[in-house]
Amino acid sequence: MANAAKGAIVGLGVTPMGKIYGRRAVDFAADAIALALEDAGLQKSDIDGLLINANIPNDMDPRSQMTLGLENLSLVNVMSAYGSTGGSMMQYACMAIREGLAKTIVLVYADAPLTPSRGAGASYSGPHRFPLGGMAGLKAHYGDFGANLGYAMAAQRHMHLYGTTEDHFGIIAVGQRKWAQMSPWAQMKAPMTMEDHHRSRWIAEPLRLFDCCLVSNGAVALIVTSPERARDLKQKPVYVLGYAQASPGDNLATDRHPGVETGAKRSGEMAFRMAGITRQDIGSCQLYDCYTYTVLVTLEDYGFCAKGEGGPFVADGKLGPGGSLPTNTGGGQLSGYYMWSFTPMSEAVVQARGQGGERQIARNDFILVSGNGGILNFHSTLIVSPHASGG
Amino acid sequence: MSQTATRPVPVPDELSAPFFDGARAGRLMLQHCRACSRWSFPVRERCPHCFAKDLEWRAASGKGTLYTFAIMHQVMNPGFAADVPYNVCQIDLDEGVRMVSNIIGVASADLRIGMRVEAVFDALTNEVSVPKFRAA
Repeated sequence: MANAAKGAIVGLGVTPMGKIYGRRAVDFAADAIALALEDAGLQKSDIDGLLINANIPNDMDPRSQMTLGLENLSLVNVMSAYGSTGGSMMQYACMAIREGLAKTIVLVYADAPLTPSRGAGASYSGPHRFPLGGMAGLKAHYGDFGANLGYAMAAQRHMHLYGTTEDHFGIIAVGQRKWAQMSPWAQMKAPMTMEDHHRSRWIAEPLRLFDCCLVSNGAVALIVTSPERARDLKQKPVYVLGYAQASPGDNLATDRHPGVETGAKRSGEMAFRMAGITRQDIGSCQLYDCYTYTVLVTLEDYGFCAKGEGGPFVADGKLGPGGSLPTNTGGGQLSGYYMWSFTPMSEAVVQARGQGGERQIARNDFILVSGNGGILNFHSTLIVSPHASGG
Repeated sequence: MSQTATRPVPVPDELSAPFFDGARAGRLMLQHCRACSRWSFPVRERCPHCFAKDLEWRAASGKGTLYTFAIMHQVMNPGFAADVPYNVCQIDLDEGVRMVSNIIGVASADLRIGMRVEAVFDALTNEVSVPKFRAA
């Protein structure tokens, strides 16, 4: 069949998220895998493949297999393209299953950077990350620390070129907070108004605190198998219809504009073609939202509006509850939990199954999922569906 | 009196030594490819454009245009405690290279994308100087 599913997600495990101290990333990972197995109705011994999303401290290494007690695997790897990795892991898992390398693969992201004595920013970007040798030392002298600045500079460029405003960023944050209030897993439940957004402190102008994602301790695991096998399992399968990566590259040449023209464009086109559907078929987006700006520029590059019109496009609140393009319906990384691309992937599974409760979207036939890594350097796209084929 | 933390001072390595030697002498030295005639930054051994391994060091004009910037309010390193908020800028040099740096002598509110800037050299120690930029 043309555009048949490439694989199926049959298990989802999400641990409690946030300021949960004193536990290692791998122990969160074990909990997430146990939850995913229970969700899928599978045993640990059914797992024959393990793909781990590398995290920043690099404490989820291949030896995690032993701590997790997984045996007789025929596929193990730690993968990294930063925040875009989840989509790539899903791609490789589907390909490996189709090639017969493994039958049932667990994908996991786990991290535990938060400690009681450190703020979220320090947890994520402590001075230990800034060596002084050569060009790295030059960056450190200029104070070019962490992702916040890179995204702030990209957002500033977009504002300059297209007239994007802080109201455009704010409506994204406000809408996602409303979604978070309906998600049992979300960390941030307090109501947020546009005024709250505009009054939140500067992190790196033009980005404020409420433009920035959370930092979370926790883990998410997904179990992937073949579409055929998925039909006999406990949950309604979530089929993977399309996947693609795009990494445009940035040689720091003045004719390139990676901050305002991202890999979402090419990876989206490839994923839509593979799935045999068009943008009009998408009922919901689960977008990588390390910052409000990331959502805006990703929507443009997927073609939901013209380049530069992301601000006016989101201004009517269409991404929030009741809107025409429900997006990041679990609160995303801004208000839900920050598990890199496992945040949008996990919510896509919930919505495709129809298990969203009061936040369940009506049109869940095709859900678009993005991953984004580095400073808009690496991009992955997934199209998932409760249907076993697209067009 | 307690010692105040200062901004980190880069430690030149073998690859970057010509860049820092140039800065100490008041010149913005960048790599230029003999094969494709394009400039590149930051330093590396092979041209990122044509992939030839034929890079030479040349003095750049030091002139450029502000491409974008952000104003940093977080203190990620104690050496910046007295400096926040400070600017971090991407500057498009006339040679076709985009470089991260700081603009000095311009208030945050007066920074404008598209403004012309030129390199100046800040001697951090007797041995290490770094380029920064001012309004041209």
